[in-house]
Amino acid sequence: MIKAQNIIKSFDGRTILKDISVEFSSGQTNLIIGRSGSGKTVLLKCLVGLHEVDEGAIYYDDICFSTLDFKTRKAIRKKVGMIFQGGALLDASTVAENVKLPLDLFTDQSEEEKMERVNLCLKRVNLDNAHHLYPSELSGGMVKRAAIARAIVMNPEYLFCDEPNSGLDPQTSIVIDKLISDITKEYNITTIINTHDMNSVMEIGEKIVFIYEGNKWWEGTKNDILHADNRELNDFVFASAMAKRAKGIL
Amino acid sequence: MQKVFSRPEKMRIYYTRIMYEMEALGLNSIGLTAIISIFIGAAVTLQMAISLESPFIPKYMIGYATREVMILEFSSTVVALILAGKVGSNIASEIGTMRITEQIDALEIMGVNSASYLILPKIVATVFFFPFLAIFSMLIGIAGGYMISVTTGIMNPSEYIDGLQYCFYMSEISYALVKMVFFAFIVTSISAYCGYYAKGNSLEVGKASTQAVVTSSIVIMICNLILTQLLRT
Repeated sequence: MIKAQNIIKSFDGRTILKDISVEFSSGQTNLIIGRSGSGKTVLLKCLVGLHEVDEGAIYYDDICFSTLDFKTRKAIRKKVGMIFQGGALLDASTVAENVKLPLDLFTDQSEEEKMERVNLCLKRVNLDNAHHLYPSELSGGMVKRAAIARAIVMNPEYLFCDEPNSGLDPQTSIVIDKLISDITKEYNITTIINTHDMNSVMEIGEKIVFIYEGNKWWEGTKNDILHADNRELNDFVFASAMAKRAKGIL
Repeated sequence: MQKVFSRPEKMRIYYTRIMYEMEALGLNSIGLTAIISIFIGAAVTLQMAISLESPFIPKYMIGYATREVMILEFSSTVVALILAGKVGSNIASEIGTMRITEQIDALEIMGVNSASYLILPKIVATVFFFPFLAIFSMLIGIAGGYMISVTTGIMNPSEYIDGLQYCFYMSEISYALVKMVFFAFIVTSISAYCGYYAKGNSLEVGKASTQAVVTSSIVIMICNLILTQLLRT
């Protein structure tokens, strides 16, 4: 479980997150949605500790993460996996080296054990034959899958995904969504996904938090979202012509 | 800086990275150092031969002057300035690109001390390898002077060699190497700093790279003066 309690974050005097409190349960895919510039990426980066919150607290289970120092955070960070928007694979390393890096740095496993784990993770994301490829040689979908493999290699308890579908075609997006959702269930991970892809919301969103102008505007499930009586949320959800037609059908 | 010099997570990984950086930043700079050194060594010898043309100045002074220029200033200070351009911009743009493409954030999320993981191996590699480049530059530069004296006949090669041996003190080599160690640290740490704190987009990475070269060069010149005063007086 991850909990944000009354968090406020400002940049250059501009308040981006305005007193947000939210709780994300383990074993389910939690989605943060909102328009571009609404503050969802800042929220995700605050949750993961890449931005320090100005006020409020962030809890990982019962541990107050936001008050921990660098060394103590390190212990928690080993339980965290993150998939960045662009993949963020190390350019100078192959796919296998990227996935193996956390094992190299934080475990005492033998080379065989590490490679076995790398193979398992790459197989899990259907990248069996990409061990020796560099990130520049991968397609967008392969980069995302390699990033997922790296994120899960240490058996994380918490998984953060920053717009995992951006730049992908609809079919590949569904594959990535399903993969994240399956992994969440398989390992009972607390997964938080930052997205504005409504398809992801309807496919895998178990808990959805809508951020509007830095505020938590609405939260609920994917079933609730279609019937919510909230103008800003409806404007966002039914922005596309297809969604409007779907609502008409409903 | 404290983050950079904090205890590495796994020494073996750092050792591998140091070896990689030695090749990327050190071995790959040998060609450039050799080309510049040989031509400067030859040019200095030619200049000295033209300038010291006097019956009162013995010919071997040309070899002596070439040696002094190459050892005391060129192989350390000028080579460091050249490496600030090559290695410094490389480090700043590499780390800067990693910053804007969130690769550094990815390392931090994993619990890796990104500053130490990325910068420390580069500092260790350059501080260890740059003095070898300085020695290499001295040898090649002096060889360049010898070649020009042989090919143009401006002086007898044996006089050039006499000049090289005239009033030679090993402390001059030590002085040059000590300077190079300082310069290696300056180039790497300033360039890494500029890259690590780059923000925004590719334009900013370009700016960080330029800033790294300019700042390193200025700091090298200032340190050169200070070290010369401290070590040679």
